[in-house]
Amino acid sequence: MDTITLSTEKKFTWGGGKSPFNVSYGKLMMWIFLLSDAFTFSSLLIAYGFIRTSFLSPIPNTTVKPFDHLSHTFVEDMVEKTKYFVQDHWPSPELVFNHFPFIHGIHLPLFFVSLMTFILIFSSVTMVLAVEAGHRMAKKEVSKYMLLTILGGAAFLGCQAWEWTTFIGEGARLFGNPYGPRSFAALFFIVTGFHGFHVFSGVVLNIITYVNVLKGTYEKRGHYEMVEKVGLYWHFVDLVWVFVFTFFYLL
Amino acid sequence: MSDHILHAEHVDHAEHDHDDHEHPKESFISKYIFSMDHKMISRQFLITGIIMGTIGMAMSLIFRLQLAFPNMRFSFLEGILGHWAKDGKLDPNFYLALITIHGTIMVFFVLTAGLSGTFSNLLIPLQIGARDMASPFLNMLSYWFFFMSSCVLLFSLFVKDGPASAGWTVYPPLSALPSAIPGSGMGMTLWLVSMILFIGSALLGGINYIATVLNMRTKGMKMTRLPLTIWAFLMTAVLGLLSFPVLLGGSLLLVFDRSFGTSFYLSEIVAEFAGGIERTGGSPILFQHLFWFLGHPEVYIILLPALGITSEVIATNSRKPIFGYRAMIASILAIAILSFIVWGHHMFITGMNPFLGSVFMLGTLIIAVPSAVKTFNYLATMWQGNLKLTPAMMFAIGLVSFFISGGLTGIYLGNAALDINLHDTYFVVAHFHLVMGSAAIFGMMSGIYHWYPKLFGRMMNETAGQIHFWLTFIAAYCVFFPMHFMGLAGVPRRYYANTAYDQFNVFVDMNQFITIAALIGGAAQIIFLVNFFYSMHKGKRSVQNPWKSNTLEWTAPVEHYHGNWLGEIPHVYRWPYDYSKPGAEHDFIPQNIPDEGQTDPMQEPHVAEVERRVKVDPVVA
Repeated sequence: MDTITLSTEKKFTWGGGKSPFNVSYGKLMMWIFLLSDAFTFSSLLIAYGFIRTSFLSPIPNTTVKPFDHLSHTFVEDMVEKTKYFVQDHWPSPELVFNHFPFIHGIHLPLFFVSLMTFILIFSSVTMVLAVEAGHRMAKKEVSKYMLLTILGGAAFLGCQAWEWTTFIGEGARLFGNPYGPRSFAALFFIVTGFHGFHVFSGVVLNIITYVNVLKGTYEKRGHYEMVEKVGLYWHFVDLVWVFVFTFFYLL
Repeated sequence: MSDHILHAEHVDHAEHDHDDHEHPKESFISKYIFSMDHKMISRQFLITGIIMGTIGMAMSLIFRLQLAFPNMRFSFLEGILGHWAKDGKLDPNFYLALITIHGTIMVFFVLTAGLSGTFSNLLIPLQIGARDMASPFLNMLSYWFFFMSSCVLLFSLFVKDGPASAGWTVYPPLSALPSAIPGSGMGMTLWLVSMILFIGSALLGGINYIATVLNMRTKGMKMTRLPLTIWAFLMTAVLGLLSFPVLLGGSLLLVFDRSFGTSFYLSEIVAEFAGGIERTGGSPILFQHLFWFLGHPEVYIILLPALGITSEVIATNSRKPIFGYRAMIASILAIAILSFIVWGHHMFITGMNPFLGSVFMLGTLIIAVPSAVKTFNYLATMWQGNLKLTPAMMFAIGLVSFFISGGLTGIYLGNAALDINLHDTYFVVAHFHLVMGSAAIFGMMSGIYHWYPKLFGRMMNETAGQIHFWLTFIAAYCVFFPMHFMGLAGVPRRYYANTAYDQFNVFVDMNQFITIAALIGGAAQIIFLVNFFYSMHKGKRSVQNPWKSNTLEWTAPVEHYHGNWLGEIPHVYRWPYDYSKPGAEHDFIPQNIPDEGQTDPMQEPHVAEVERRVKVDPVVA
C-alpha cells in the first residue's frame, strides 16, 4: 500500500502539469542563476589557487604578535629586516591585513576582515528574519529587517572601501604589491572586487524590494516571494564571501 | 473548442494579424522587434544566425582562396577588403583575423546562438505544451544581448588595426599584449566585449530553457515522454550554464591583463613589450585551462541540439519509433557529464604531467561509447523503416555520416601519444570541421527544413532542398577529407602560405581542389538562402501537420498565436514515437491521443517485424 502511494506521488511530481519542486519559475530561475554564478566565482578562485600554488608558501611569522606596536614603516621594515615579503613567497595575509580604522600602529591580524565577515553574516540573519516575517505577511517587520539588511550590506561595502584604500595607500596596485608577488594584489582586487560588485548589486536589489515593501506592492500581490528571491541571492553572496575569506585570508 | 481551432486553420495569415480576443493588437515594435513571444524570438535568432553564418562562410572562402593560390592576385578582393588586400593580395595579418573571426562566428554565433537559440526557443514551449517560456522578458533580453554581441563583433571588423587575430581560442600572451600583433589591439578588446555580451545572452537563455522544461510541462508530459529534442536542449542549457561562467571569469582576467596591467596570464614579459609594466607571476596555461573548461563542453553545446533534432527527424521520416529511447537519453546525459572532465585533451602538449594526460585520454575515449550508442540507434531506427527522404531527412542522415567519419578521427586525437604529432595540424581542422562543424550545420539545416512550416507557416521548395543537400554534402567531404592527409604529413593549421616550406609544395594541388570544392559548397548555400527567403512569403502554405509527426507542436494551429494553442493546452498520454503501431488506424499517433488500454509501446513488435514473422511462419503469427 505504502509503495503504491509513493510511486503515484512520484509519478505526479514529475508527471507534468506542475512544478516538480513545488516552486515558482522565478525562484527556480534564481537557483539556476546562482548555480551558474557559483561557477564564475569558482573560476576566479581556481585561478587564484593556480597562481598561488606556483609561489612558495608564506614564511611563518615569528616576529610580531597580536597587539604589538608597529612602526610607521612596517612594510619596509618587514621587507628589509625580516625578509617576510619577498618575490617568490606568497605574503602572509595576517601580516598584510593587520590594520583597523582609528587604531594606528598596532598589529591586529585579520581583526578588521573578521568584523566585515561578521557584519555580512549578520545581514544574512536579518534577511532570514525578513523572509520569515514575509510568510506571516507582517509588512512592518519585513520592512524593518529589509532596512537592517540594506544597512548591513552598505556597512560591508564601506569596510571594503576602507580596506582597499588602506591597501592602495601602502602602494598596492593591480600591477604592483609592496608585500611581494604582484599577483597577490591583482588577485585581491579582482576576487574581492568581483564579490563586492555582487554585494553592491544585492544592496541595489534589496533597496528596490524595500521600496516595494513600503509601497505595499507585495501585500497587494498576496505574498512576499520577491523578498525570498532577493534573499536567496543575498545568502549566496554571503556564502561566497565565506569561501573568499577562507581562501584569501585564512589559508 | 475544436470548431474554433478548425476555423482558425483556414483564416488567411495576411488578414489574420493576431486578432485573438484575449490579447490586444500589438504594434509593429512589440510584435517584430521587442517581441516577447518565443516563436518570434526564435525567428530572430534564426535570421541573425543565418546572416552571421553567411558572413562567416564568406570569410572562409576568402582565406581558402589565399591558401590555394598564394601567389595569385585577386583584384576584386581589394574592392571588398580595401587596404587589407592591396593589389588583390591578402594581407597576412588580415588572414589571421579572418580565421579568428570565422571560427568565432561559426562556433558561437551560428552553432551556439543560431542553433540552440532558434530551436530551443521554438520547440521547448511547443513540444512540452507550454504557452511561452518561463520568463518571456528574459528571453527577449537574451536575444538582444546576442544581437548587441553580434554588432560589436561585426564592428570590430572595421577598426583601424583590424579585428582580433589570435585565433578563436585567443591564447595569451598573443592576445594579452596589444603590441604582440596588430590584431591584439582594439579588435581584441572588442572581441572580449562581444564575448562577454554573448555569455550574458547564453546565460539568460539557458536559465529560461531549464526552468521552462522542468516547471512548465503539460499534464502527462513525464520526463520520459519528452521528445529527444527537448532532452538535448535541456542538457545543452545545463552545459552552457555551467561552462560559460568559467569563460566569463577567464575573459575578465584577460581584460585586466590587456588593459589594466595585471599579469594573470603573463610571466617574464619585460616592460617595453607590455605597456611599460613588467609582467611576472602569471601563466598562459591558466588561460588554456579556463578556456577549455568552457571550450570542450561548448563542442557538445553545439552538437547535442543537432543530435536531438536528428533523433526527431529520423524517427518521423522513418515512420518508426526511435530505437532505444532511454538509451538515447542516457547517452545524452553521459556525454554531458563526460564533457566536463576531458578539457585537458586540448592541452596534451602544454607540458602536462603524462599521468594527468592519460586520465584525460581515458575520459575522452569513453565519450566514444555514448556517441556510438547514438549512432547505432540512428541506424537501427532507419533499419527497415518506411523512409521518407525529405530534405530534412537527408540532412539528418548527412549528420550521422559526418558524426561517424569525424568521430573516428576523434579517437586518434584523443590519444595523447598521437595527438602530440597531430596537434595544430590540418588533421585537427579536418576532425572538428566534420564532427562539430559539418555535423552540427547539417543538424541545423535538418531542423530548418523540418520546422520551417512551424516557423513560417509555409513549406520550403523540396527540389531545391535536395540539390542543396547533395551539393553541400559532397562539397563538405571534398573540402575536409583531403585535409586529413595534409595533417598526417604535418602541415600546420593557421599558416598564411604553406608554400613557404618546400616540403609542403606537394599539397598545392590538393589545396586548390579543396578551395574549388569550398566555392561549390558556398554557392550551394545561395540555393538555400533563396529558398529560405523566397518561401517565407511565396512558399506553399503548410497544413497543420505536414510530416504526420507525433509531437505537440503539430497540434498547434499553423498561424502563430501568443499562447500557442487557442483552447486548452493538450494533455499528453503517450511517448512521442508511436509510429507504425500495429493495429493503429494511421501510421502515427500524436502524443495527445489518449492511450486506450494499449500495451507498452516499447514492448510491441514493429510492423516490419510482424510482417517478417507472417512470412516465416503464418501459423505462429
